[in-house]
Amino acid sequence: MSKILEMNKVSLSFGKERVLKNINLSVESGEIFGLLGPSGAGKTTLVKIIVGIIEADKGLVMLQGKKMPSLALMKSIGYMSQSDALYQELSAKENLDFFATLYGLKKKKREKVINKAADIVNLSEELNKEVRHYSGGMKRRLSLAASLMHTPRLLILDEPTVGIDPVLRQSIWEEFRKLKENGVTIIVTTHVMDEADKCDRLAMLREGSVIACDTPDNLKAEQHVESIEEAFLAYGGGFQ
Amino acid sequence: MNVMAVVKRITQQFMRDKRSLALLVIAPVLVITLIWLVLDGNEYEPEIAIDDVPPPLEEVLQEEFDNDTKEMSEEAAKQELQAGDIDAFLTIKENEVFILLEGSDATANSATLRTIQEAVQSMDAGSAAEPVIAYYYGSDQLNLFDQVGSVLIGFFIFFFVFIIGGISFLRERTQGTLEKLLSTPIKRWEIVFGYLIGFGIFTILQSLIIVSYSVFVLDIWMAGDFWQLLLVTFLLAITALSLATLLSAFANNEFQMMQFIPLIIIPQVFFSGIFPVESLAEWLQILSKLMPLTYGANAMQAIMLKGLDIWDVWQDVCIIIGFTTVFVILNIFALKKHRRL
Repeated sequence: MSKILEMNKVSLSFGKERVLKNINLSVESGEIFGLLGPSGAGKTTLVKIIVGIIEADKGLVMLQGKKMPSLALMKSIGYMSQSDALYQELSAKENLDFFATLYGLKKKKREKVINKAADIVNLSEELNKEVRHYSGGMKRRLSLAASLMHTPRLLILDEPTVGIDPVLRQSIWEEFRKLKENGVTIIVTTHVMDEADKCDRLAMLREGSVIACDTPDNLKAEQHVESIEEAFLAYGGGFQ
Repeated sequence: MNVMAVVKRITQQFMRDKRSLALLVIAPVLVITLIWLVLDGNEYEPEIAIDDVPPPLEEVLQEEFDNDTKEMSEEAAKQELQAGDIDAFLTIKENEVFILLEGSDATANSATLRTIQEAVQSMDAGSAAEPVIAYYYGSDQLNLFDQVGSVLIGFFIFFFVFIIGGISFLRERTQGTLEKLLSTPIKRWEIVFGYLIGFGIFTILQSLIIVSYSVFVLDIWMAGDFWQLLLVTFLLAITALSLATLLSAFANNEFQMMQFIPLIIIPQVFFSGIFPVESLAEWLQILSKLMPLTYGANAMQAIMLKGLDIWDVWQDVCIIIGFTTVFVILNIFALKKHRRL
């Protein structure tokens, strides 16, 4: 397997506050990589640096062997933010069409990818509905669809299953695995421990530092514990 | 392509949001109509009472006051004055004309005095030739609405475009779509120009409706060319739009956006020509030169009242375009706050 993403000594401060401290991470092509940590640990900031919205003060971020941030590389990234970034007055289809255009897809191609993405998140029947009439879960799924249309090599999902019921969460994870089979690399942030268990590999984040990074099983084994939650506490405790 | 995608999206959003669309067009029309109703009223027609007036004078007074003068004693007249039924009482005391004015209403006072003076003057007509008065700009038909209307059209277009443009751009940030936009390969200038063109379409529509309404329905004084006036109002609207999107970067929510109105918008009215600026302190005059509406209003007044050509006010037009350019460039830089690239 080749590395799709490498972060080398990445640091970032907002004013005096050091949000990220010397982060070293690498993500393999085609894996589901989890970023686990309590809120305020710096997960979203880290993810935004990978997407290219924020630039790090120090360190190097390489995507597919090229330096980020870069507008050209943004085309191969799909990003789903924590908030449902959707235009309420527009229909689901108009929302998808807008974002597909920004990724440079032509009209015929857009038609195709919109239907495909809607099919994946199970919204094909509701495409012409205005987003303001959508339920919370539907908006979440539509946001996911909006980040899938341009078939990104790397999909970055910031807390994708927050506020989603267990059944739907299950089906979204099902989707992630399908995308993974199609060769998509997924980085997903979460603060839900049992979700972290489903990742291929996991980085534990605490107060802006990576405290551990390995497969969920190895992390548990190393600390001789049964659950990710215990493992997280064990690693975190070691640092205090 | 990206610019057009933003334009298309704004158009779709706007067509769904009928209320905002109404605010952009109907609100200015409504306000201008109200001002028209207040300022464009017919000239005040005074009524007076007389007593003991020689017949020749009575005759001319009757003529000037459209046969509305009444004969009554001074005592009776005072009661009528109190009741507000007449505006003045006129009599001859010791061979001099004595006028008792109601006095509490400046408009009524001056109208009454003017009419009486005209009557007295026409008595000894022939002895002194009446001066011939000509108007270089406008005419004696020019009323207060014509005078301030040109400025107010500019102001209300500026005001409503500022509110709607600013809040729309702000909402892009608060609802998280700006971040999503910036995660795509769109360039910062493409977002700014998308907004400018998308809203531009609606401001053209807005300017067209408001200017047509003022000129053809309210019959505001219009000496110049309609299309040139439209061009100036449109340029002013675009300036308001670029200023609004720029300032929205410095507001965290809709309420903070509203706080710019008394700071940025209202002062512009006072310096834009409704009140004479020449008599103000020098530093205030300099302040007025920093405000886009000053130039917009000046150009509009020149076209509407003086009937000048747009080429005669090219300096004002260039400065308005200059303001827009500066605001747009600053806006592209302000977006760096959200994405460096």
